[in-house]
Amino acid sequence: MATAATLRYDDVPDLLTRLTGDEKHDRSSFSTLDVLWVLYDRVLGEDDRFVLSKGHGPAAYYAVLAAKGLIPAELLDGLGGFDSPLGHHPDRALVPGVEFSSGSLGHGLAVAAGSALAGRRVWCLLGDAELEEGSNWEAVQYAGRTGLATLTVVVIDNGSSSHGWPEGIERRFMLEGWAGLRVDGRDHEQLEAALAPDPDGARPRVVVAEVERR
Amino acid sequence: MTTMRQRFYELAREALDEDERFAVVTAQIGTDSIGAHPRHFDVGIREQLMIGVTAGLALEGYRPVAHSYTPFLVERPYEMLKLDLGHNDLGAVLVSIGGSYDAAHEGRTHQAPEDVALVAALPGWTIHVPGHVDELEILLRRAFAGGNRVYVRLSEEENHARVEGGGFTVLRRAAPGAPLVVSVGPTLTPVLEATAARDVSVAYLATVRPFPYDELRRAVGEGTDVVLVEPYLAGTSASEIAGALRDRPHRVLALGVPNEEFRHYGTAAEHRAAHGLDAAGISRLLERFIG
Repeated sequence: MATAATLRYDDVPDLLTRLTGDEKHDRSSFSTLDVLWVLYDRVLGEDDRFVLSKGHGPAAYYAVLAAKGLIPAELLDGLGGFDSPLGHHPDRALVPGVEFSSGSLGHGLAVAAGSALAGRRVWCLLGDAELEEGSNWEAVQYAGRTGLATLTVVVIDNGSSSHGWPEGIERRFMLEGWAGLRVDGRDHEQLEAALAPDPDGARPRVVVAEVERR
Repeated sequence: MTTMRQRFYELAREALDEDERFAVVTAQIGTDSIGAHPRHFDVGIREQLMIGVTAGLALEGYRPVAHSYTPFLVERPYEMLKLDLGHNDLGAVLVSIGGSYDAAHEGRTHQAPEDVALVAALPGWTIHVPGHVDELEILLRRAFAGGNRVYVRLSEEENHARVEGGGFTVLRRAAPGAPLVVSVGPTLTPVLEATAARDVSVAYLATVRPFPYDELRRAVGEGTDVVLVEPYLAGTSASEIAGALRDRPHRVLALGVPNEEFRHYGTAAEHRAAHGLDAAGISRLLERFIG
């Protein structure tokens, strides 16, 4: 992916108001906003890969892509329309800034592991409820045991998992050989420090970004 | 007006209260609508587990119903359908929502027009495609009371009226030898509109597996042309028609959702029209086929 600075974080709320019709996913979408902003504004480099596994509620994603000049802001007005490239789940064939089509939960982490195997530096964003899908844990185990050090997973934790994660999400990754960290998902400095590339890292990383409870 | 989805939830709640054998398994779809009950198990966003648990309940003598969006009920846990239920010869009722392009605005991840073809590829499944909420109720009550494997495809599309009688029903008889149009489930209203001025027979079908071979042969009569209109993947039942008419020359036009990526969002009505499944589209395709 490539980013070109255009708008500021303070401009994003105005962009979000242009995205209507998917209000049932508002909470889900808003939960990712600051992580997405920090990734695109401060972390991702020209040759890096970003996989949005949590494709539900992509309004914040589209708004950040527009703010960073990856898609025209005018597209936001047509969300969900027949001829709009922006749907309620993102499609990489329709939106140049989208690197992986998602919306069915539990697919992105395995794909991100594949990118990491190919030598790519990759960030993958998931939700705490999405982690219920068993497919994630196959990838967690494999990435941990094989030391996919260029893989960073961000889990948005807004407490929406059906049965919770006793002893914490990050601990489950760490048991499989990952480096784990929990940060404030609204604090841009914490997020940047946790998500910045770590050239010396020898293990995959999970960053649990805690936001408001559902 | 009560939708098929709402009626299913009503009937599921009723069955939970009245039948101690009845159980429901969900995976965060319909969970709140069905409501809490000691035999309603929501397993979280874990669809493979949903079908495994369903099989386990069947193994213990329950009549379990599993429910989700079509892709998450059929495609994701497909091997569990094949093995946990099918290979183990366990009965269950699978009730899907989001038929074909119902969730057009959600995109491909929430659409599975290949659902009936996939379930039909597994042996021993009864497949219902009701075209009206009152047909759904009859089919669901029968399925809940049974012990076999049943897939019920709900849709937001509905016909204007229920078709009485169930099974393969000939609604209009044209002259001997005239083409036969077979309408499946919610395609009937546009089919009737598209064929109103044509000399064709029209039959209706809401249970596509097992396929009614004998009834189809009788309805075709001396004719050779069959037009099959299905609301899901085009041609899903074309092989059944070929089997039913295997000993006589015939032509089949199979209408339905094309087997290709359709990268548009929008509404179900827009998708229906784009696939040629509205009255105008069916009429146009009929014209090309039979003149």
